Amino acid sequence: MTATTTSARSELSELGRSETALRTFLHGLPGVDQVGAEQRAAQLGTRSIKTTAKAQAIDLAIRMVDLTTLEGADTPGKVRALAAKALRPDPADPSCPHVGAVCVYPAMVPHVAEVLRGSGVHLASVATAFPSGQAPLEIKLADTRAAVAAGADEIDMVINRGAFLAGRYKEVYDEIVATKEASGDAHLKVILETGELATYDNVRRASWLAMLAGGDFIKTSTGKVPIAATMPVSLVMLEAVRDFREATGRQVGVKPAGGIKTTKDAIKYLVMVNETVGPDWLDPDWFRFGASSLLNDLLMQRTKLTTGTYSGPDYFTLD
Amino acid sequence: MFEYAPAPESRSVVDLKPSYGLFIDGTFVDPTDGGSFKSINPASEEVLAEVAEAGAQDVERAVRAARKAYDKVWGPMPGRDRAKYLYRIARLIQERSRELAVLESLDNGKPIRESRDVDLPLVAAHFFYYAGWADKLEHAGFGQRPASQHGGAIPQPLGVAAQVIPWNFPLLMLAWKIAPALAAGNTVVLKPAETTPLTALLFAEICQQADLPAGVVNILTGAGDTGRALVEHPGVDKVAFTGSTDVGRAIARSVAGTSKKLTLELGGKAANIVFDDAPIDQAVEGIVNGIFFNQGHVCCAGSRLLVQENVADRVLESLKRRMAQLRVGDPLDKNTDVGAINSAAQLERIRELSDAGSAEGAERWSPPCDLPDRGFWFAPTIFTGVTQAHRIAREEIFGPVLSVLTFRTPAEAVEKANNTPYGLSAGIWTDKGSRILWMADRLRAGVVWANTFNKFDPTSPFGGYKESGYGREGGRHGLEGYLNV
Repeated sequence: MTATTTSARSELSELGRSETALRTFLHGLPGVDQVGAEQRAAQLGTRSIKTTAKAQAIDLAIRMVDLTTLEGADTPGKVRALAAKALRPDPADPSCPHVGAVCVYPAMVPHVAEVLRGSGVHLASVATAFPSGQAPLEIKLADTRAAVAAGADEIDMVINRGAFLAGRYKEVYDEIVATKEASGDAHLKVILETGELATYDNVRRASWLAMLAGGDFIKTSTGKVPIAATMPVSLVMLEAVRDFREATGRQVGVKPAGGIKTTKDAIKYLVMVNETVGPDWLDPDWFRFGASSLLNDLLMQRTKLTTGTYSGPDYFTLD
Repeated sequence: MFEYAPAPESRSVVDLKPSYGLFIDGTFVDPTDGGSFKSINPASEEVLAEVAEAGAQDVERAVRAARKAYDKVWGPMPGRDRAKYLYRIARLIQERSRELAVLESLDNGKPIRESRDVDLPLVAAHFFYYAGWADKLEHAGFGQRPASQHGGAIPQPLGVAAQVIPWNFPLLMLAWKIAPALAAGNTVVLKPAETTPLTALLFAEICQQADLPAGVVNILTGAGDTGRALVEHPGVDKVAFTGSTDVGRAIARSVAGTSKKLTLELGGKAANIVFDDAPIDQAVEGIVNGIFFNQGHVCCAGSRLLVQENVADRVLESLKRRMAQLRVGDPLDKNTDVGAINSAAQLERIRELSDAGSAEGAERWSPPCDLPDRGFWFAPTIFTGVTQAHRIAREEIFGPVLSVLTFRTPAEAVEKANNTPYGLSAGIWTDKGSRILWMADRLRAGVVWANTFNKFDPTSPFGGYKESGYGREGGRHGLEGYLNV
């Protein structure tokens, strides 16, 4: 790290001490032109990824999947099956890589931990009164500590959108800092719930806020509101992590979640990562897909590429 | 690393004949004196087809055919029937758009992504748009005329239009010329550029397919001599030219003193102006799109970047990072961003001006990029430290070369932007609406884009101030050049 980024980093770490400093900084970020951002995202979506490039992209996308189930109806048996699938996504093909992580509610963490132990597949737990975040701070922190204690090595927290939209940036910041502390060694993914932030300017500000407060990853959505991950929102977030690393030397990961269902979609995202932040982020440590049905489509396309024939959905497990 | 495998668009959709005649009076005919030239693929220097070169006698034949069609068929035809043909042509263009896009990329060198996603949709849109005007000319704002032999109280067409178009957007420029001319009731003789005649010949086939009456559209291929013979022909009522300012000046001289009506769309040296409160990431996209779209072969290209000095370093750093992502190469690869330079002559001109930029002291930068061995290529290039006095800040390069200048105040930005003999387009990047309006009032440019660049739409008039030409194409205004108003 150069001397300038070190000093920039310490200057930026001061920002969280005052509401005014945070506001001045966040509102001083360059704006996002909605039309231009959407146009750029659409343009990146027109890349044509074929043959060897497609095979490479599919395997990378599989390794980046946070295989997720976040339902009231989840049971130990169901999440164990999901964890088994995470380890061996395609039982018919041992060359198929495992996914990046399994993502579940805190209560399900112990059951998943049994299956994943020692496998290299990470165990993510949502926490902080997911998905609304509408609980007292102590409860959110207890939620986080419980998930970590049960074996989660990644925590997906939600920000306080009410406070963010009302301009109480310090409150949001302090909550992230506290959750980071409660997470201990676990990686902290900060869910911005961009569908509720409404503007790209807000997405950029929330991204910076989350990074300044110590988030290891910024994540688009809970998947529980009507608008989940979109290409333009993810583009703005990628630009934010790129600029943040330039300013501070610290790299932060990005996780679009919700609504990414097809191989075609996943490849569009990988192209966007490649051309916006570059190969440094093309790694499961720095980019993840929060998804459930995406995995089966990736497997189907993978089988099509390796065998030349397209097998129906019945040949892939539903978990 | 994530390397994109080659994704070539198939050439098999294009059925090229080894040679093409002239399209006169509804059929392909051999040129009277038998001259011909070859059209090559600028990305490989491979010969695509042999094309007839029209001489003076062919011009005579074509103008006579156009006159006959004007007097007997197209002129007297009710607008709603002309519209029917134009709609039919527009639909055929859409149906055959893949074929036209591939051929355009082969003959011109532009990336298939652009011919497929920009040129062809705009070509069809132009025909659809002007088809709609054909029976509504009395509502175009140019007044109504007394009833005449041409049927009713509507503004009258001019007659036979001689149209000469450039090689940078061969089919789109054809559409900009032919669609309004035909909608207004004129017949046309069009000469495509000598390096890109092929899509115009395929368009001639589409006219046949649409059963367009013979002689309404005539296509004469050839070079400068053919163009000169056409615009100087006494049987022509209207001359429309898009191309260089030098040729435009010669045409204006030759037309002076005649009854011919003239519209010219000439060169440009547009300023793309970035203020310190601009949305930087989108501005960088706009800069890239402004100068590297179509290899910079765009008359309204944002070839001068004026950036406010307090954000200049940041903008340039982002711009260089973005330029490193540009994929230069095979125009038919669907992932190519920058294709081939259209001709050896154009490449020579770009090289000459770029060398002058270095010699005059500007600092040159290009991202690392492998250029193919055959064909005509020029890496995306920016010059920093450019002053108003440098040739690269004053002359139109018509290539992927951007000159970067800085400014301190909005007034200085206006002064520098306007300090050019041209005035075709300009771009403004700022988050401040009031500043956009303030700037737009002061910029002497026919088109001013705000927080975007190189946006085209058939409903929007396009044309220049000063030496960028006169007359407007597109929109309701585009009809004026083809009506006797």
